[in-house]
Amino acid sequence: MADKIHLKMTVNGQPVETLAEPRELLIHVLRERLDITGPHIGCETTHCGACTVDLDGKSVKSCTVFAAQADGAEITTVEGIGSPDKLHVLQEMFREHHGLQCGFCTPGMITRAWRLLQENPTPSEEEIRFGMAGNLCRCTGYQNIVKAIMAAATEMNAAKEAAE
Amino acid sequence: MSVATPLPHDAAALHVTGQARYVDDIPVPATTLHLAFGLSEIAHGRITRIDLSQVRAAPGVVAVLTASDLPGENDVSPSVHDEPLLAENTVFYHGQPIFLVVAQSHLAARKAARLGRITYEEQPALLSIDDALAADSRFEEGPRLFRKGDAAGAIAEAAHVIEGVIEIGGQEHFYLEGQAALALPQEGGDMVVHSSTQHPTEIQHKVADALGRPMNAVRVEVRRMGGGFGGKESQGNALAVACAVAAHVTGRPCKMRYDRDDDMTITGKRHDFRITYRAGFDDEGRITGIDFVQYARCGWSQDLSLPVADRAMLHADNAYYLPHVRIESHRLKTHSQSATAFRGFGGPQGMVGIERVMDHIAHHLKVDPLDVRKANFYAAMAGASGGSIGAEKKPEAVPQTTPYHMPVEDFVLHEITGALVESADYRARRAAVARWNDANPVLKRGIALTPVKFGISFTLTHLNQAGALVHVYSDGSIHMNHGGTEMGQGLFQKVAQVAAASFAVDVAAVKITATDTGKVPNTSATAASSGSDLNGMAVKAACDTIRERIALHLAETHQTEPARVFFEEGRVFVGDDVMSFAEAARSAYEARVSLSATGFYKTPKLAWDRIAGRGRPFFYFAYGAAVTEVVIDTLTGENRILRTDILHDAGTSLNPAIDIGQVEGGFVQGAGWLTTEELVWSDKGKLMTHAPSTYKIPACSDRPAVFNVALWDRGRNREDTIYRSKAVGEPPLMLGISALMALSDAVAACGPGYPALDAPATPERVLAAVRRVRAA
Repeated sequence: MADKIHLKMTVNGQPVETLAEPRELLIHVLRERLDITGPHIGCETTHCGACTVDLDGKSVKSCTVFAAQADGAEITTVEGIGSPDKLHVLQEMFREHHGLQCGFCTPGMITRAWRLLQENPTPSEEEIRFGMAGNLCRCTGYQNIVKAIMAAATEMNAAKEAAE
Repeated sequence: MSVATPLPHDAAALHVTGQARYVDDIPVPATTLHLAFGLSEIAHGRITRIDLSQVRAAPGVVAVLTASDLPGENDVSPSVHDEPLLAENTVFYHGQPIFLVVAQSHLAARKAARLGRITYEEQPALLSIDDALAADSRFEEGPRLFRKGDAAGAIAEAAHVIEGVIEIGGQEHFYLEGQAALALPQEGGDMVVHSSTQHPTEIQHKVADALGRPMNAVRVEVRRMGGGFGGKESQGNALAVACAVAAHVTGRPCKMRYDRDDDMTITGKRHDFRITYRAGFDDEGRITGIDFVQYARCGWSQDLSLPVADRAMLHADNAYYLPHVRIESHRLKTHSQSATAFRGFGGPQGMVGIERVMDHIAHHLKVDPLDVRKANFYAAMAGASGGSIGAEKKPEAVPQTTPYHMPVEDFVLHEITGALVESADYRARRAAVARWNDANPVLKRGIALTPVKFGISFTLTHLNQAGALVHVYSDGSIHMNHGGTEMGQGLFQKVAQVAAASFAVDVAAVKITATDTGKVPNTSATAASSGSDLNGMAVKAACDTIRERIALHLAETHQTEPARVFFEEGRVFVGDDVMSFAEAARSAYEARVSLSATGFYKTPKLAWDRIAGRGRPFFYFAYGAAVTEVVIDTLTGENRILRTDILHDAGTSLNPAIDIGQVEGGFVQGAGWLTTEELVWSDKGKLMTHAPSTYKIPACSDRPAVFNVALWDRGRNREDTIYRSKAVGEPPLMLGISALMALSDAVAACGPGYPALDAPATPERVLAAVRRVRAA
């Protein structure tokens, strides 16, 4: 066990502690040690975005982040954004606007879009196109993904205005 | 009614929260072992020595298997038993599995798999179409031939003749979820397999053979795939068989998932093609005679190459009447990955061939390619869509026939094209493109409208069958199962809508369950766009059986006729009585009426002789058309799609939202195939584009800036399909051909020559074509 490192992180609001090998990747720690299987393994080379999680307020591809780099970090995965009984408005819009087909890319898409809408609460279609360009989808042609994010931005801004 | 309704994907709430389970997400026992293949590092040669001592000594390795260690048959071929799971004496492509590592973890297995020391006696590798032709290396005894009329005679007498050749690249499926399987050994040597496959019955069959057991000893379950596109029709066999064999040998659960590089290196892709053509035509561009020769690079094993190449021949006409035609098809055997099924299944390549001819004819005659296309369309038929026909052409009394002698009775492209030309403002935009090109020396625009006519049915006629199993429980809830698999196309939801419509209940009352060879046997692959057509009908048959039993029972208890029992909006009306569906189910149960039924369907009217090239291979045709406008940079070849407009015929759509999603995704995938997605092999036969770093599928930023997609509102299948809908899985992919033809149009604006643009039209190829037309 001497070659393992002791990690402390906050994952979806919960403090977690786990051991990991120094070269172990964050995606493997999440999926195999913490049973958080929402983030998927698509390409393992940072290109497809299926493994996207939020790390200290930034979208990262967890297939190319060492778990050791996440020590002490605050991590949000798709599971932390909403649940089937209590969907986040972004998740609800992906469902309603058919922003998914096979669904394999969807957790990464949602996690990235969730951060994008915090970085830019009123994105143009063009800004969404480029803001989401690091997440590949092979099924939808992206049309409904962009629609879903636009709709979520509108809903979230309306809710914010109503609250003010 | 629940059909013809745009309901969301059945598992959408699970997908958006990360709760939807794929094979790699299924919780497994702690004893589970993980597998990886050791791969060939040459394209062709005899294995002289295998030294696996370092593999066996690597940390975490439990077992290492070679061909001689397998308990049963060493074969994972879906066709002619020519594809060993593990190479025996000879390797036939770079990336072929040679040995199997069974280890404590995925990573341990992969690391150990790199430590094999294989010694080869290298032999010459046939890599290209030319290599295979020179060596006469092929499947089947010689080329296949379809013939109608006298092509050579008609070409000789034609006013104009063109000839040319187009090279069409292959395509990696790039399903986001790579291939994966999990085998769980059961008591008495039985095996349960979870596989990411479009063809559970095939997995069951191959696993049973590999274990030397009957099919009833193996149960295969598939809840969903993270994309398939044809790449999981046969390519999952190797993983499932490997897992089952390793589970048999070790007695422990075994899981395998290909790392993306391994996936791209090992598995087959879309066939690359060369198509040569010689066409005779009149002053209006109407083809009088045409001769095609199609060369398909099939790779090392037969897999599904024969029906793929057949389908390319069957789509060599696309939407056009060819009175005198000859189509010759060569299925070439090479030392490369075994090319396999991919959305369209050869149809796209055949279609690109004839669309190139249309484009070339128009360039020769200096007319709008759209006018040449329309001049060659099949004749309109009265009743083609179940409605009236468009004003553009008078209906013919006798349908025209395809090159394989099938009458085209449902041709609706005159109307679809007419409507799309208007909605996309094609004529005005073509004029605007011409003005732009006159004014701009560097950036050139192009526009093209291309149609799609795609034949629906498996060309292997016996595959056109499906089964279903439906239970109604005494609380009125419904359990639905059928042979189709869910890969994101929305099949499960569409079929659940059919089931809900049969009982007139809310679709939420229907439980969608994983495809399971223990529930519905002897299924065909979910392929050939047939999923909804076949399984929808089978489920409807099962539901109707149960509904009739309930109606008969209630008629008896209420002294009335079964025909006077009505199912509506979750309730059942019998005479003056009305009850909930649950009460009706409960009543039937208490009267000892069976509330479980199977359903079965086989497609009617099919009769096909593939050797003679004659008959009716298809129940009907699906149609669509696309207009795409592009811009190219003539200094770099860089290009972009500016706008795409699509009008597609899904018949009376079962779920318009799901169908539009298929159309949008299909177009983008098709356009990707023909523009950015380039497969490159080294001169030693190694696939160099084995990861998304070097193989470019469309990203969010690549989709057309303006993308208008609609289903044809007058669509209705004239054949008796499930609620008169039409299959929609594959046809839209070929709408992407409009992008290639628009690029050709843009290049043609650069000079007098014909672009003769090959696919994929990468910036390099566009730039070379620009130089070519300028030099002409």
